[in-house]
Amino acid sequence: MSTMSVAIPEVERPWILPSKGRVGMFSLITAESAIFTIFVVAYIFYIGKSLTGPTPQQVLRLPIFNTICLLSSSLTIHLAMRALESGNNARFKLLWFLTFALGSIFIVGTGREWHHLIYDEGLTISTNLFGTTYYSLVGLHAFHVTVGLVALGTVLALALAGKVKQEHAYQTGVLSLYWHFVDAVWVVVFTVVYLIGR
Amino acid sequence: MASDAVTIPSSTRLPQEAEGTWLETLHGWVTTVDHKRLGLMYIGLALVFLLIGGVEATIMRIQLAVPHAHFVSPQVFNRMFTMHGTTMIFFVAMPILFGFANYLVPLMIGARDMAFPRLNAWSFWMAAFGGLLLYFSFIGGDGLYGAGSAPDVGWWAYAPLTSPAFSKGHSTDYWTIALLVSGFGSIGTAINILTTTLSMRCRGMTLGKMPLFAWLNLVMSGMVLIVISPLTAAQIMLMIDRYLGGHFFDTQAGGSATIWMHFFWIFGHPEVYVLVIPAFAFVSEIVPVFSRKAIFGYPVMVAATVGIGFISMSVWAHHMFTIGMTSYGNAFFVATTMAISVPTGIKIFNWLGTMWGGKIRYATPMVFCLGFLFQFLIAGLTGIMLAAAPWDWQLSGSYFVVAHFHYVIVGGILFALFGAFYYWYPKMTGRMLDEVLGKWHFWLFLIGFHLTFDFMHIPGILGMPRRIYTYEPGRGWEGWNMIVTIGVIFQAAAVLLFVANLVRSYFKGAPAGNDPWDAWTLEWSTSSPPPAYNFAVPPEVKSRRPLWDLKHPEDPDWKYE
Ligand SMILES: [Cu+2]
Repeated sequence: MSTMSVAIPEVERPWILPSKGRVGMFSLITAESAIFTIFVVAYIFYIGKSLTGPTPQQVLRLPIFNTICLLSSSLTIHLAMRALESGNNARFKLLWFLTFALGSIFIVGTGREWHHLIYDEGLTISTNLFGTTYYSLVGLHAFHVTVGLVALGTVLALALAGKVKQEHAYQTGVLSLYWHFVDAVWVVVFTVVYLIGR
Repeated sequence: MASDAVTIPSSTRLPQEAEGTWLETLHGWVTTVDHKRLGLMYIGLALVFLLIGGVEATIMRIQLAVPHAHFVSPQVFNRMFTMHGTTMIFFVAMPILFGFANYLVPLMIGARDMAFPRLNAWSFWMAAFGGLLLYFSFIGGDGLYGAGSAPDVGWWAYAPLTSPAFSKGHSTDYWTIALLVSGFGSIGTAINILTTTLSMRCRGMTLGKMPLFAWLNLVMSGMVLIVISPLTAAQIMLMIDRYLGGHFFDTQAGGSATIWMHFFWIFGHPEVYVLVIPAFAFVSEIVPVFSRKAIFGYPVMVAATVGIGFISMSVWAHHMFTIGMTSYGNAFFVATTMAISVPTGIKIFNWLGTMWGGKIRYATPMVFCLGFLFQFLIAGLTGIMLAAAPWDWQLSGSYFVVAHFHYVIVGGILFALFGAFYYWYPKMTGRMLDEVLGKWHFWLFLIGFHLTFDFMHIPGILGMPRRIYTYEPGRGWEGWNMIVTIGVIFQAAAVLLFVANLVRSYFKGAPAGNDPWDAWTLEWSTSSPPPAYNFAVPPEVKSRRPLWDLKHPEDPDWKYE
């Protein structure tokens, strides 16, 4: 509407705003961080307050391999994004698959850890405060990894079908932000549960 | 209307959409992703719950009007105050404010919709579904096994009252799931508003030129992300306790009832600001237009809002002075709580400064804002009293506290909200609300409000605890309680008049035109109601008051900003 713009400037200055996808994802990450913060606070608050065993010292083992897998998946997804942006589709597919595989190894590893704790050590969510807080916090994180894997898997399937191309780098990049967040949360969970809590 | 001549017909009203059957109309509304329709649905949903919550409050006031009353049983009374509080906060205040934000933010920033329209629809249906779940708890009563009856644990649901041992059946679960579900919806809406204001502004609208309404809703959304999430987390923990045998709040297994209080109030106090900041947003738009002056101290207003947002997250334990914190803890929360009155006071001075020397028009939207200013000030003053720990030790858990926060929510937020209805109803429907009925609504509600909530402070000071279902005669409480209940009659009459006005004006109100108030923000540049696409051509702005620039090309704002 010509009346709206009172005078049209001779040179159109670019009007650039933050991208919707990234702002939305960062907002989601903010909300998720607040949820995790409360669970982490509860975990720290209840360290050593269980009235009965087993205690973390007795049953928890450091999930080093798992951690390496998950953290390196952050690197592979970053490289995958770089590949997609530069139009190297084959390299993108390989690295994206690697990310998906590393995330899957992590979730299987968590499953094995839980199996061990439940059947060998007799620790369930209702055993004591340690069980309650441990399964809640680690479970909340594992849930986020699972959601991430579903999303990564969808993109992987689309990529294998040849539907993910260079012009989708933006959307894929927004998803990769979520995956980086999930990995970053693991650093906190690992520190709190396996280093401070033990 | 003189202003019509210069208002841009940025879009001619489309011929009425082909009239479909009612089924097609319903289908259109249910599947809509249009921010305006969703906004109206939010508002409609909230109005239904407002009436329900009002009935619950009335039941409580009838029971408390005289000592030893037998209007309802203690059990029912507990359900009423639980449902009243939960309904009013989560299913009236939140959706109605989201509704206005949804409707107005894209229009004000010159966008065609929210950033994520489908997420927007999802959020609305989450809120509606949450409300449905909450009220489904009524159905079945004690007859249907497992359905339980309405929750009776209070709106803050302190542990260990919510443990399986003390809350049998599933009423508490309905409460938990309802808040969880609507909480997800709220987070979705917050993400949407935040992204819309940051990424969808029209050409030329830098953050410094964004209308205060959009700015304040941006701050509110940021707060929702950070403060609704702790409630969500706490509800997940409560469900783990109730369904999986967890021990988060199970004191017999070493769990802590206090930590629930912390988690709840980390949400609960900032929630007050989540609700009041949109009310500030209404006032910040209405007061300038009806004072015929630009807002006084725009940057300070934004800074004060952001300041409130931050400080409000560090004050929560002023709800918990009576649990016995260390003196350092008490001192910290006293100090932060008192500090928050500084930015709040700045805002009040800004609105007064806007009115100062202005040509004030006492139309209904404005008189409601004046009521807001006066009552919010008093609410703030009793707030400062309660922020002093020793005073709080005496009055915590008494009717003084109930009177204080109703002064904030009813005297402040609801008054501003009524003002917003009178101000934007013409934009949403194309017809004006009736001014005479509006003035009746204002005066009746004002009288009722002051009868109820002024006099409610007194039994509180005299020692009447909240949440009691009845009391003995001879304690000096009965006369006051009668006055409080009489006030409800006036308020109920006023609200019914308001609803009647909404319905009547929809059919018979005077046509509004694009810009009935001679206002300055972009929503008044399109038709009333706006077309689905809002603006035929995306607008471009050069100042905070684009319509002023348009109407006064000889003296535009952008020369001074
Ligand atoms: Cu508070």
